[in-house]
Amino acid sequence: MLARTADNLFWLARYVERAEFTARIIDITARLAALPKAYGGGAEWESALSAVGSLERFKETYEKADEPSVIEFLIFDPANQSSIRSCIESARTNARAVRTALTADMWQSINSAWLELRTLEQMRAPFERMSRERTDPFLDVVKAMSRDFDGAAYRNMLRNDAYWFSRLGLYMERADNTARILDVKYHVLLPETEAVGGSLDYFQWTSILRAVSAFTAYHWVYRQSVKPWLIADLLILKKEMPRSLVSCYDNLARNLDAIGNAYGVQGPSQRHARAMLLRLDSGNVEAVFERGLHEFLTEFIADNTRLGAIVAEQYLVN
Amino acid sequence: MVEQTFWDEMTGGGADVRTVYGRVNEWLKSTPPDVLAARRTQAELLFRRIGITFAVYGEKDAAERLIPFDIIPRVIGQSEWSLMEKGLIQRVKAINAFLCDIYGAREILRAGLIPPDLVFGNPHFRPEMAGKRAPHDVWVHIAGIDMVRTGEDEFYVLEDNARTPSGVSYMLENREVMMRLLPDLFSNHRIAPVENYTDLLLNCLRSVAPPRSAGEPVVALLTPGPYNSAYYEHSFLADRLGVELVEGHDLSVRDGVVYMRTTQGPRRVDVLYRRIDDDFIDPLAFRPDSVLGVPGLLDAYAAGNVTLANAIGTGIADDKALYTYMPEIVKFYLGEEAILKNVPTWRCREADALKYVREHIGELVIKEVNGSGGYGMLVGPHASKAEIAEFEKKLVAQPDNYIAQPTLSLSTCPAFVENGVAPRHVDLRPFVLTGAEGSRVVPGGLTRVAMRAGSLVVNSSQGGGTKDTWVIEDA
Amino acid sequence: MRIQIHHEIVQTFDPAAKGLIESLRLAPRSHEGQHVIDWRIDVEANCRLRRTEDAFGNFTDMFSLQGPVETLRIVAEGVIETFDCAGVVRNSIERFPSELFLRDTDLTVPDAALRALGATIKSDDKIERLHGLLLVVREAMQDNEDGESAASGLTAAQALASGKGGARDLAHVFVASARAMGAPARFVSGHYFDDGKAGAQCHSWAEAYVEKVGWIGFDPVHCICPHESHVRIACGLDWLDAGPVRAASPGAIAQTMAVIVRQSGFLHAASAQLQGQQ
Repeated sequence: MLARTADNLFWLARYVERAEFTARIIDITARLAALPKAYGGGAEWESALSAVGSLERFKETYEKADEPSVIEFLIFDPANQSSIRSCIESARTNARAVRTALTADMWQSINSAWLELRTLEQMRAPFERMSRERTDPFLDVVKAMSRDFDGAAYRNMLRNDAYWFSRLGLYMERADNTARILDVKYHVLLPETEAVGGSLDYFQWTSILRAVSAFTAYHWVYRQSVKPWLIADLLILKKEMPRSLVSCYDNLARNLDAIGNAYGVQGPSQRHARAMLLRLDSGNVEAVFERGLHEFLTEFIADNTRLGAIVAEQYLVN
Repeated sequence: MVEQTFWDEMTGGGADVRTVYGRVNEWLKSTPPDVLAARRTQAELLFRRIGITFAVYGEKDAAERLIPFDIIPRVIGQSEWSLMEKGLIQRVKAINAFLCDIYGAREILRAGLIPPDLVFGNPHFRPEMAGKRAPHDVWVHIAGIDMVRTGEDEFYVLEDNARTPSGVSYMLENREVMMRLLPDLFSNHRIAPVENYTDLLLNCLRSVAPPRSAGEPVVALLTPGPYNSAYYEHSFLADRLGVELVEGHDLSVRDGVVYMRTTQGPRRVDVLYRRIDDDFIDPLAFRPDSVLGVPGLLDAYAAGNVTLANAIGTGIADDKALYTYMPEIVKFYLGEEAILKNVPTWRCREADALKYVREHIGELVIKEVNGSGGYGMLVGPHASKAEIAEFEKKLVAQPDNYIAQPTLSLSTCPAFVENGVAPRHVDLRPFVLTGAEGSRVVPGGLTRVAMRAGSLVVNSSQGGGTKDTWVIEDA
Repeated sequence: MRIQIHHEIVQTFDPAAKGLIESLRLAPRSHEGQHVIDWRIDVEANCRLRRTEDAFGNFTDMFSLQGPVETLRIVAEGVIETFDCAGVVRNSIERFPSELFLRDTDLTVPDAALRALGATIKSDDKIERLHGLLLVVREAMQDNEDGESAASGLTAAQALASGKGGARDLAHVFVASARAMGAPARFVSGHYFDDGKAGAQCHSWAEAYVEKVGWIGFDPVHCICPHESHVRIACGLDWLDAGPVRAASPGAIAQTMAVIVRQSGFLHAASAQLQGQQ
């Protein structure tokens, strides 16, 4: 297939995934911010910005990280390239360019979210603060877009390179997101051997689980109350957990192999993905904590970014 | 202004309905307006869902607007069509012969049939193509010939589109939507299919591929990109043809061979169905500031390594000034009388004609020789005094730039408009495909309809709509 | 006169070009006023030069390269024998009737000022009118010292409005106003050889068509008709058709190409002998 088409599909999937993740972060942050200050809160909106990796950029234009300004920045700000608005717009631009490679319902899922966004923006008076009553339903629309897009791809796309490249975008973005949200809260995720600070952290822990829709899954997997080291275990090393790093890499390696087999050539991206999968697959949570969770995650994010560069070099920009 | 009378394709101007429209008429009589309205709404929904939209130049926010669709089909009888088809094929054959000649031996100029400055001074004549031969002598692979009807047996060619005619996606989608919405009406008729158009097009494109030692020829569709007004059509056609939709930067020329960048490295391209204008197609040969084109493409073409459909320089054949010579052109190359008539045309470059045009400016349609899309024209009977005066100034300053035609009494067809069923003016653009084995025309074509009462302008950029066009067995 | 010419073009790309495709018009063809004795073109890179002939009969050498390319040196050199024909170009390669050269191009669309240039000349003789135009153009346009235009891509109208320009701009102004007068005219690129001062220089001038005489050269920079000092390389409707290099680097955004031209030329040793024999 055309290198540009593969590139568009890859980024299209990434933007859709990113939009959904940002929507989830806003959801859980609002939830945490509603707790009494005594529960350890106070800087929830700032840590939402860290979770999506935009704190620095936010500070360039905004003064205080409070609810209205962060919501404005994360949902509507066109200057923020990772705002939901920018993601939907970029996704749509990419989708338009490769419309023949998409099924009709994939296009529709993005186009209707885009239309919702436009309606919302048109209804808005200049400088008007958006109430949660209006933004919350929109966040649901964004999550639905991602679900529809993903589902339509899974159900209807031919299993050829077009599908595989779009999956690469999805899983690479998802791995990045999971790693980032863990990293923002790494200071409350303590190993078993250390005394836990108090039950107040409970809400921080569960917020992580909720952010990746894993609150129920946790209980099914471990059948015990929420423990911080088990959260790390679940989101890094449990293959059953679809948003865990190992599961993302399982999928990345598989889709890259499919491309390699179809083209009859394996290359650096296949090797890099397999090496990372092997590392995650054979790891255990004690070892992760021994190295330091933060260090582990920083390295993972860098490695994941490197995979993106290798894939681009091998397939997308030749 | 004198009230003109128009020939209606359903009634023929009389009290009775013409035979070909019999069943459509019954259907219209038996279907209440609210059902028609519901069908139209459904049709619009379908079009929006498929994503058929149309970008209009100069309208920023209307970047994606629907072309109005009229759900009442236009019906043409098989015998009427057969004659038209013969005429279309004849005309395209002559156009191709003309292009071979004008870029080759230039015999028609030597014969003194056409003033040479009309060719050499024409911006669509490309000196770069002189002395080059098109594979199989086909220059225009896809032609859109705009026709109008003024009476039972009166068909005229309004203009030839020999560059990158568009609209065929509407012809195909209109039919599909109609079959879904009005199955009963379909089962009452025997209608010539149009869905094989893309198959014919692919065969045609493959037939003109440069000879190569091994493998199937690789065809791709070259688009200016998503911001082009016809991008939807480009992606639609690429999809139906099963070929890659490429932009200029997806292609590169190495040592006179065209390659596209794929995830598996460079892949050779043999035929480009290009929807980029000549000016922008190769910055090494034409406009150097073009970022849409492919540097070196002309060289690859000259080396015989890639076929361009349509070839470069075909615009000379759809020039409105040359149009007036089409009957002579047909006769010169084919030794036959032209089957399709031209609209009588005054060439303003000729002093007598200019005088006549200025005297009758209020009755005529005056067009720019190189204009398209309904821009830069004056419709005398519908223009204000000030507009006429303004236009006359331009006309006198550069008479070479204009031709004038009588305002034709374009035929009308029933259309479903705001307040029910009413006659509206229509034209027809059939698409003629020409490959190594000759020409084919899919029965019918794109009917464009002026949705405003009394309007004669059918261009989609000016608010015109479209209709499904049926060629049916004569009863 | 036998002239030896060395024409060197050094292109520098920043950032390095990922790929490169160029078409060169650097090789002269013979006509009555010049005889090409020996000529070669060398592109210092691993590539194949493909020679074709363009619409106007000029030799065109195409090449393409896979990058990265930071610097590329192109050399054209050879020996050529020139004769003074009082500016008349005979037995040149002609692919079109003269009428074609009445066409406007983007670079030579006449505006009111360009039309006005020719309108002031009072003469009925076509050749005299063109000579008149040569003077008028020269008066209206100051010549830049460096020989070639500083800003590339200037149209004739823009150049005239600025009142100064290089050889290319003067030639465009002449061509555009000659066409506006109804005379077929074209753009010529080549070299100007000056034994005393600068050696050889890239140069541009114009040619206009006069019935019964043919194509006649007009050099607005030196205000003369070309003679032995002019080496004619290529002609066309404007600079884009006849200039020495057209280059494209696919996919390059915000890339700059710096070009250095080095030239030398001297009277070939055989020239003196030849003149002795005559």
